[in-house]
Order: sequence, then structure tokens, then C-alpha cells
Amino acid sequence: MEKTWDAMTPDERKNDLVGKWLSPPGVKFNSPQTEKEYKGRVQRILDAANLKKPDRVPVFPMFGFFGAYYSGYTPYDVMYDYDKLMKSFSKYITELQPDAHGSVTISPPGKLHEIIDYKLYAWPGHGVPKEVSYQCLEGEYMKANEYDALIDDPTFYFLTTWLPRVMGALDGLKNLSPFTNMTEMYGGFTAAAYVPFGLPPVKAALKAMMDAGDEALKWIGTVGAYGAAMAAAGFPGFFGGGTKAPFDTIGDTLRGARGIMLDMYRQPNKLLRALEQFTPIMVKMGVANAKLNGNPIVFIPLHKGADGFLSDEQFKKFYWPTLKDLMDGLIAEGCIPFPWAEGGYNTRLKVIKDAPRGKIIWGFDTTDMVEAKRLLGDVACVGGNMSIATLSVGTPDDVKAAIKKLINDCAKGGGYIMMSGAVIENAPPANVKMMIDATKEFGVYK
Amino acid sequence: MAKDLSKALADLKEDEAVAIVQEKLDAGADPLGILAEAGKGMETVGARFSKGEYFIPDLVYSGEILKKVNELVKPKLKGGTAAKTGGKVIIATVAGDIHDIGKDIVVFMLDVSGFQVYDMGVDVPIQKIVDKIKETGATVVGLSGFLTLAYDAMKQTIEAIKKAGLREKTKIMIGGGQITPEIVKYTGADDYGKDALEGVALARKWLAK
Repeated sequence: MEKTWDAMTPDERKNDLVGKWLSPPGVKFNSPQTEKEYKGRVQRILDAANLKKPDRVPVFPMFGFFGAYYSGYTPYDVMYDYDKLMKSFSKYITELQPDAHGSVTISPPGKLHEIIDYKLYAWPGHGVPKEVSYQCLEGEYMKANEYDALIDDPTFYFLTTWLPRVMGALDGLKNLSPFTNMTEMYGGFTAAAYVPFGLPPVKAALKAMMDAGDEALKWIGTVGAYGAAMAAAGFPGFFGGGTKAPFDTIGDTLRGARGIMLDMYRQPNKLLRALEQFTPIMVKMGVANAKLNGNPIVFIPLHKGADGFLSDEQFKKFYWPTLKDLMDGLIAEGCIPFPWAEGGYNTRLKVIKDAPRGKIIWGFDTTDMVEAKRLLGDVACVGGNMSIATLSVGTPDDVKAAIKKLINDCAKGGGYIMMSGAVIENAPPANVKMMIDATKEFGVYK
Repeated sequence: MAKDLSKALADLKEDEAVAIVQEKLDAGADPLGILAEAGKGMETVGARFSKGEYFIPDLVYSGEILKKVNELVKPKLKGGTAAKTGGKVIIATVAGDIHDIGKDIVVFMLDVSGFQVYDMGVDVPIQKIVDKIKETGATVVGLSGFLTLAYDAMKQTIEAIKKAGLREKTKIMIGGGQITPEIVKYTGADDYGKDALEGVALARKWLAK
């Protein structure tokens, strides 16, 4: 009998996920050739992640809406028309041939966010021009005096406080009673907790959620079809799932940068307690999708721990402990954490070195890669740093020179993945093509 | 209790700073004098940031304490506060980009360094920046942007400044997470600041007479 997930060791869990990534269930490859290419690409990425020497350096440009621009569409077009999304994001992958795609989840469904009256982001045609990407509208969506409520019951806090603030159409959820009240029939506990569901504002909120659900199904259909089509054509998805560092969860979308920075001085213990409370929740968020997608890599975009954003002491006290716990939790579930350090991480390298060997992929933006390789090379696969500025305004020759230098600096012995330092939006296709082609030229291990 | 407001502010002692201000106001102290002392404290905060002793959260927190001090002092103020003397600088996050953390730090550092800063906010239309240069007579403009789309918005803004005949007398710096010398060339700016300190240094250099 097969072992259940609970009975497996972390290595067995990883093998299970890796096996599914290498041989995706239900995928019919277009040809024996594309099957061979698919498996070769996954193995290349896995070898780098495991600190082994692959056949060559894997190349995964971190794509934003590049696919849309590449096909002459705007971000608005692909957020509102899933056929255009599918078509354009397929085209650039099959034409430029990177080692992995980044799914189409980078393009969330515009209509869904209209239905729920989403206030947390401005998106193309809805607060920012149709030609540009969506952007976060940071604010104090959680108030300074709400830590106790958040810590006591994060789900109830989200349902009745945070969601109504962030999604205007869900305002009625404010009236809900805790579901944990529904313990039994006696005394009307259960019946009383149902009362809010009879109220018009709650019904309106539920209606909006169901309408959003209809739209989500259409969108996820495209996400699934895209992943299957790309695999069939020989291109694996890089991401199994995604999650966030607890400090960024609270700092980005609950308290905002200003809020969380003040909390470090005014109520440090409550902040620390909330960070701990969120850690297992963030582990589960990453693991669930990795298992669903049969791919161990869990993306963790890192924001507010970058150089300058926190002092060394603040980083060690507020940011790193729960990020480390998050990554350890993911590793225990067989996942490969892929923290992606936006901005500079030069002052953090010595701290983040504290990790088990060959279990993590560290992606970097503007960090000094020679130092990153020197300090982390024995511990973790590193990737990234191909300058987004050069990709955006340089010439193909500039890109080629940069790729050559990065490979010289970082690729020796394996454990390196070529990635852009930041997501690629409207960069010249010739530059992106050169990034991929030059890696294939200079990145071969002999 | 120590009566040194500037030290309490510089050391980020919120309760102490507020108590000192309250005490001084109760004793009938000159509100302008209190603000001057607070300003000195903020200068120290800026200096410590320049030396790498303070980080962004320290700037944010000091700004918060200063806000409280201002709220206490304001009702007692008669007439305006003293004008800044360090020269005029316009700062804006360019059209299409709504990021403000980096811009706000530059504004903060310019302000505590004595410049008169016109903070135009985020997603600022090109024409508004041109109009602001005409209106204020500022000769230094800082354009901020976090996204790569800002490259083009910066380029277009600078072209519009040129078209309006203002480029010759205006020094333009750009800044943001993805700004490099290549982007300075691409946009036609004069220079860029890798961080807020370099931004202040550029403003100082350009406005030194």
C-alpha cells in the first residue's frame, strides 16, 4: 500500500512532488521529442536546486505581462479576455523557448475584482491606464488596535473585518457570527449563528462571492489549460505554489509599511505574536498549491526585509525568524522554498545562510551576486540579478555581455539559475530572446 | 525630566517628546521655539540615517512623533513658520506609477536638510510637473518610479520639460529601485540617486551658489 502523506518523511514528500513534476499526471505530450525536452528542463532546474551540476544553466526569465506586450496586447486585454491571455502567453514561450513558464496567474481576472469591488489594488483600466500592470494601494486595512482580534481568530477577523474593507461588495460579512458557535442544537447555538445569513446585506455579499466564483472558475480553467498545453509542448511551470513571509503579509496588505514600522516601536510583542500566528497559515498556503499542482517549488516574494528597510537587529528580530520557520515548514512538507528577494539583500546574506543544504532556491534582484554565491553557494541554489534596466533599455549585445558575466560569476559547479532581477513587462523581445539564447550558449557545463 | 526635546525626538522617545512639549506649552514657551527644537531633532535623525545608524522605520517613526508635536503646537501658533532656505525642489512619482515609499524618504531627507520641497504625490501627469516648475520657479526636479514602466514616463516628462523651454534651467534627477546609469541616459535626466542620501547630495550640488 502507498504511504499516506502524513506517514511520509520530508524527503519522501519531496520525491512524490518531484515525481509528479517530472511526469505530470494527465498530460499528453505533443511528441516524444517534447516529452524529452520537458523532462530535460525539469531535471535541469532540479539539479540546480539540489546544488548539482545540470547539463547547462537553466534559464527562467521572471515574466510579468511580457507575453501580452509581445503579442501587441495590453495588460487590460489579457486580464479581461482569457483567449487573448492563453494565446499571447503561449506564443512567447513556444517562440523564445525558456526552460520554464511562469503560468498565467500573473494576470488575475479583472472582472472578478470588479464584482467584489476590490480596493487593495489599482489595475489596468481601473485606477491605472490599460497599458500598465496592476499596483498595490497600500494602506492600514487593519487598524493598529486590531492585533488581539487578528491573533485570537485570524479567519474570523478576515471574514468580518478585513474582507469587508478590502472588498466593497462583501461589506455584509461584517454581520457574521463565528462559525465556531455552531457547536450543537441545544440552546439554539447553531440556529442563532445562522441568523446573519437571513439578512439582506449578508445575502448580497454571498451573491457577490458566488458571482466572483463563477468568474474564478472560467479563469482557473484557462490557468489549467495553459499549464497542460505548455507541458505538452515541452515547457514545465516553474511555480508549484506561492506564499508570503509573515512580516510581508502583515506589512504589505494588513498594516501597510508605515503601520508595521510603527508597530515595531509601539507594540512589538503583539506584532511578534501575530507573525507567529501567521506562520503555519502561510506554510499551508504554499503547500496546498504545490500538492495540487504536483510541483515542489513555492514562490515567496520578499518585500520589506530588503537592505535599508529594516536595521540588522530589526531584520533578525521581526523578519527572519518567521521567514525561516516558514521555509523550514515548507521543506518538512517536501517543498522547495523559492524566496525572491526584491531590492538589495547584501546585508542579509550572512543571516539567511542559516539553512539546510540544497533545499532552497534564492532569487535575487540587485544583490551583489559574487557575494551571494560566495556566502550562500554551499547552502542554496542562487538565481536572478539579470538587470531589468539592461533588459528594458539596453541592446541585445549589452544583455549578452551581462549574461556572460553572470555565468562567470555564479554558475561554476552548478547551483545557479538564470533569472531576471525583476519581472519583465514591456521589454524589447530581442533582449529577452538574447537572455535565453546567451544562457544556452555560455551556460553549458562541460 | 530632561527638557531636551531635540534629543528625545532624535532618540525616538515618543512619550518623552510629547510630555516635554506639553510641559513647555503649559509653561507658556514660544511655540516657534518648540518647533525649532523639534526641527533640530529631526536634523539629527537625518544625520543618523546618513551615517547608516538609522533605517527607514526610524525615519517613519520620527515623522510620526513630529506629527504629534505639530498637532500640540499648532493651536498656539500665531502667524506662519519660518520659510526654508535651502532652495526649491519638486518631487513626484511619474505618471502611471503609484509607489510612494521611496519618494517619501527622499522628501523627508530633503526636508530635514533644509530644502523647500514640493511633494506632488504619485501618478503625477506630465503637464502638472511642467506647470509646477513654472509656478514655483524650482530649478531642481526629482522624478521617482518603482516600475519599469516609469522609464518611459520619466523620458516623456523630461521631453515635455524640454518642449516647454524649461530644460536649460532645470536639473533633473531620477530615482527608484530599478534605476541605473543606463536609465539616466535613456530618459535624458541629469543624474540619479541610488538612495535618498545621493538625492540630497545632488540637490545640494545643484543648488549651491
